Amino acid sequence: MSASGIALGAAPAIVAVRPQRVTLWSIVAKDWVTSIGVLFIILLCIIAIAAPWIAPFDPVRQNMMAMSRPPSAQNWFGTDRYGRDILSRVIYGTRPSLALGIAAPLLAGVFGTLIGVLAGYFGGWIDRVTGRLSDVLMAFPSLLIGIMIAAALGPGFTNLVVAIAFAFLPRFIRVARASTMSVRSEPYIDAAIAAGQTHTRILLSHVLPNISGPLVVVATLWVATAIRIEASLSFLGLGTQPPEPSWGNIIRDGLTEMLISPWSVISAGVAVTVCVLAFNMVGDAIRDLLDPQSKD
Amino acid sequence: MIVRRILDALITVFLVLTFVFVAMRVLPGDPAVAALGDYATAEQLAAFRERFGLNAPLWQQYVQFFVNIARLDFGTSLISGESIAMMLAVNLPYTIELSVVAMLIGIVIGVPAGVISARRRGKAADYIARVLALAGFCIPDFFLGALILIVFGLQLDMFPTMGGGTTFDERLYHLVLPAMTLGLIMAAFTSRLTRSALLEVLKRDYVRTARSKGIAEHWVIYRHALRNALIPVVTGFGIYILTMLSGSIAIELIFSRPGVGSMLVDGITARDYPMVQSGLLVFALFVVVVNFSMDVLYTLIDPRLRAGGGR
Repeated sequence: MSASGIALGAAPAIVAVRPQRVTLWSIVAKDWVTSIGVLFIILLCIIAIAAPWIAPFDPVRQNMMAMSRPPSAQNWFGTDRYGRDILSRVIYGTRPSLALGIAAPLLAGVFGTLIGVLAGYFGGWIDRVTGRLSDVLMAFPSLLIGIMIAAALGPGFTNLVVAIAFAFLPRFIRVARASTMSVRSEPYIDAAIAAGQTHTRILLSHVLPNISGPLVVVATLWVATAIRIEASLSFLGLGTQPPEPSWGNIIRDGLTEMLISPWSVISAGVAVTVCVLAFNMVGDAIRDLLDPQSKD
Repeated sequence: MIVRRILDALITVFLVLTFVFVAMRVLPGDPAVAALGDYATAEQLAAFRERFGLNAPLWQQYVQFFVNIARLDFGTSLISGESIAMMLAVNLPYTIELSVVAMLIGIVIGVPAGVISARRRGKAADYIARVLALAGFCIPDFFLGALILIVFGLQLDMFPTMGGGTTFDERLYHLVLPAMTLGLIMAAFTSRLTRSALLEVLKRDYVRTARSKGIAEHWVIYRHALRNALIPVVTGFGIYILTMLSGSIAIELIFSRPGVGSMLVDGITARDYPMVQSGLLVFALFVVVVNFSMDVLYTLIDPRLRAGGGR
């Protein structure tokens, strides 16, 4: 692992050089810490998909006979103040976190690439305007932009995806723009123009394939941040709405009963932390493989 | 130089205000529905629109929005009917004192930790510092806050767990746990930044020259290397202060502290639209102010920028 500010909103290193191939295997085989991270992520995905079969109880079913219980053989993580099984809620909470962790960087990647490529390829005023706007957005921490948009759009999963994707947008615009500009100056682009190809065709068949590598890397680097922001926003009441469980709202819910039983707060909090840690480690490993310079 | 920065900041303020305006009025469709809920009657909605000038053409609302802000008129809360400007005057100091103390804790722990980490690179101390910093990166601030609250507030009962206090002593006492939470996260950022910046600088020729002259190692570090290493630390610091500020929203909620974050969250929960708007505005202005200060600080600690101009 190398020192980096990735998880926090600092710009990931722009990988302008064309990356060598990074296969899943090269990531797993990098070192044992990374392979644990990869295994954990695979495990999380299985838990998310198989939640209905794994979870011992219905995550939203209340049981007034078993409120705020400490961990026991029946309820491994205890129950919350409505008597709901905390383990089942944490298992189901994997779903919104992972779904958002993938959807938000993906959405930001698609739109950010589109804008960045157009700005980098055509230059001129389009470039100046997008440059200026993304500078302004970059000055804001992703979490704050997420809060602003989610507060304006209102709570809900789709709104959350849009909010977080918007927060990431300038990062993708920057990378896409910089990569496009370096590709733009290559002789084969001039050759394509001279051969009479349309801009659309050049963008699709020459520019996009050559810049996709760095963008995929940026996308993986932001998954951990997306999951953390999702937890924060759900905690603030802007994400997944109760009674549907998400790690953030389980913690919010647990605040009121922390004096009696801290189990829901601790279980969900550990889940977020470990999940973010795993994605961070794998993200760092991918970046180190592609850009060994950033390693210390 | 400074004039350009001020101009830049003003443009940003303008864009930010426009952004908040657009976010609050245009995006979700109808703020009246958003504020009153889906079950509001047509008359209630009409009255709401009338009261907040939402019937006027959009450009008029836009102009009015700027005029009101310039007059520090943020409207009144829909729930309590209080003037939001007054509420801000009461709540803002709590948020500012939390951020400033947290920032100090972050610097006091983070910079020395980063220096030790860089000096003993690869040794046990470096390893421990880096693992702790990584933990600080991955643990969500509100979860760390909850843990600290459970341990020091509830189990050990050493510090107050809610409120912000009124007298100076009380306020300081109430600050301990929330400021420690944000400060520790801040320390993780700072130590990582300091470490990598210092390692970068230690490779330079002038450090080698200083060492070859036989200057004591701690003198080389503090006098020659750290001063230069602080330049990238300060730039990185801006975004971390802001990350911490956005974290303060959740922390205020955890510790039931008064503050702008609490106002914002209360506003969101109660669908109190003027309150949400004002909360967002204040945080947006924080961003502009912090970035501006960082730019100025940057030119102060790096004389090359004052002489040459431009980065």
